[in-house]
Amino acid sequence: MALIQIRHAIRDAIAEEMARDERVFLMGEEVGHYNGAYKCSEGLLERFGERRVLDTPIAETGFAGVGIGAAMCGLRPIVEFMTFNFSAVAFDQILNNAAKIRHMTNGQFSVPIVFRGPNAAAHMLGSTHSQAFEPFYAHVPGLIVIAVATAYDAKGLLKSAIRDENPVVFLESELMYSVKGEVPEEEYLIPIGKADIKRPGKDVTVITWGQGVPVALRSAELAAAEGIDAEVIDLRTLRPMDTEAVLTSVRKTNRAVVLFHGWPYGGVGCEVIAQIQEQAFDDLDAPVLRVCYEDVPMPYAENLENLVLPTAERGLAAIRAVTYRR
Amino acid sequence: MVLPCAGPMTSHASEPVAPGDDNAHFGSKEDNLRWYREMLRIRRFEESAAQAYTRGKISGFLHLYIGQEAIAVATKELLQPHDQVVAAYRTHGFAIAFGSAPGACMAELYGKATGLVGGIGGSMHFFDRKHQLWGGYAIVGNHVPVAAGHAFAAKYRGESGVTLCFLGDGAVAIGPTHEGWTLAGLWKLPIVYVVENNLYSMGTPLSRSIPVEDITLKAAGYNMARERFQVTSVAETKARLGEAMRLAREESRPVLVELITYRFRGHSMSDPGKYRDKDEVEAWRRSDPMERTMQALRRLHGISEEELEAIDEEVIAEMDEAVRFAEESPAPAPEARFHNILAES
Repeated sequence: MALIQIRHAIRDAIAEEMARDERVFLMGEEVGHYNGAYKCSEGLLERFGERRVLDTPIAETGFAGVGIGAAMCGLRPIVEFMTFNFSAVAFDQILNNAAKIRHMTNGQFSVPIVFRGPNAAAHMLGSTHSQAFEPFYAHVPGLIVIAVATAYDAKGLLKSAIRDENPVVFLESELMYSVKGEVPEEEYLIPIGKADIKRPGKDVTVITWGQGVPVALRSAELAAAEGIDAEVIDLRTLRPMDTEAVLTSVRKTNRAVVLFHGWPYGGVGCEVIAQIQEQAFDDLDAPVLRVCYEDVPMPYAENLENLVLPTAERGLAAIRAVTYRR
Repeated sequence: MVLPCAGPMTSHASEPVAPGDDNAHFGSKEDNLRWYREMLRIRRFEESAAQAYTRGKISGFLHLYIGQEAIAVATKELLQPHDQVVAAYRTHGFAIAFGSAPGACMAELYGKATGLVGGIGGSMHFFDRKHQLWGGYAIVGNHVPVAAGHAFAAKYRGESGVTLCFLGDGAVAIGPTHEGWTLAGLWKLPIVYVVENNLYSMGTPLSRSIPVEDITLKAAGYNMARERFQVTSVAETKARLGEAMRLAREESRPVLVELITYRFRGHSMSDPGKYRDKDEVEAWRRSDPMERTMQALRRLHGISEEELEAIDEEVIAEMDEAVRFAEESPAPAPEARFHNILAES
């Protein structure tokens, strides 16, 4: 095992897949000569050259579209968005081309492409640069949506995403790029669509993903100090969702909290709760609660941002509420 | 001749050029017979589709190509095996010209299982990979960067294929078009962008939608070569479009071509075309490439009325058969709605 940062797990996944498969290439703003805005592609230009590591102008619709067109020809593009906030200007390409072409052409074409980059709030970036995009993409049939929170998951899932025949939206975290984790020396893949129990427990299920994972784990620690044993499930793949893993846990604990970075209204958290109430209603001993952003655009000021974000303390409050402890 | 970036403006787009009747505009007797038949096949296919639409057999949007057929017919004859054509939502003509079965095309309009894409796409989403038709895109301009991606893939692999991307004049204002053109120019991709300028973006004339009259002036900003002319014959269109494709293929030089053309029908079936007067439509009818080819067959090659009539009867019979095929084809199976959303990896 090696202890590496998430950004290097991502870089290593890309490098291994590029070395393995000539069809894989990386494109995006500053991915080459600058070595990546967050250094997720450090050294790749030097190793693979300008043919396969392409700096693009600031034209997300343009290079997302080029990636889709290249994928239809059988190449395997990795398109980096400097942040997923900028994917908004390429939304039509992802919604109407990447997600639709296989269906619309009755299977004549596939779009094996990965769109990746940091997602959700970092620190004091204001409303336009602090948004969580998984509800927009997870809403769309024809897309796979992944959100990673550890170096191990980032490397294993990104490699699977690059090899997948489908368009994959791969969500990372600016705040977590430096977080270190253990990664095997030998090659491994993590299957898409499988959740992971990040902390086993028996009293309450906390369902989370991406940047929510470390928050949920801290909430579980705080709860443990009060004698509540929380199980933390990291969904890892948001579409298709590992509903079975969620239901199995909820049937055991009878209580659930969904903790995530993002707005409450119409989000992935709603889908988790809908699945629980449809399929495990009789197993519930309390309403399922959400801990997420407040329903406001993200303010810049530090004190206000801290009020909007999900915290371990807010997570603990929800865990207490569903276990009827005050 | 394909011009470098800067160059003079040519014809005024809102009035048709009176095409010369000199023989240089036309090919041999065999060429003209073939071109006439192919243009007629597209026109009769679409007339049959329009009738079916009026009878309520086809729903959704139906955008007819009538008047612009010479472009698809010329394009077909320029394609090499590794080339691909990407178009927007006025695409029936390309499919018919490229060799897609008229029955499969009609069945697609009918939403039948035997359709070009199994009844999943409809009129606006024609794809026939085997016949080099790579869409079929109905969000205006969003195919422009995708087409650049096809050209990128050819260059990445060192293949000789050229991408031809057709868009309407109505797609010239929107953002993705310019991002696609930027990357095509920046990376010197082997692609020819062809603006089919039929003078109206739905009901809005160019003078109210694009700040310059000559769309190819934009080529300068993207380091593309440029070419602009009115489509009056298959022969000239083939020659000039062919030169643009040669530049793209041999020099990996992107080219922006503006073809001035005219659609005789409305934007879609629901458009009565009240924004243009009869005189204008009549003026353009006189330079209709299909009509002119028919006249050339009579005048230059001595083809008789009976022979022309016989061609028409054959074509009409072919399209009647396409309609029969569509009507008798089964609807897609209920489970088809779940197919091809994700690939099984």
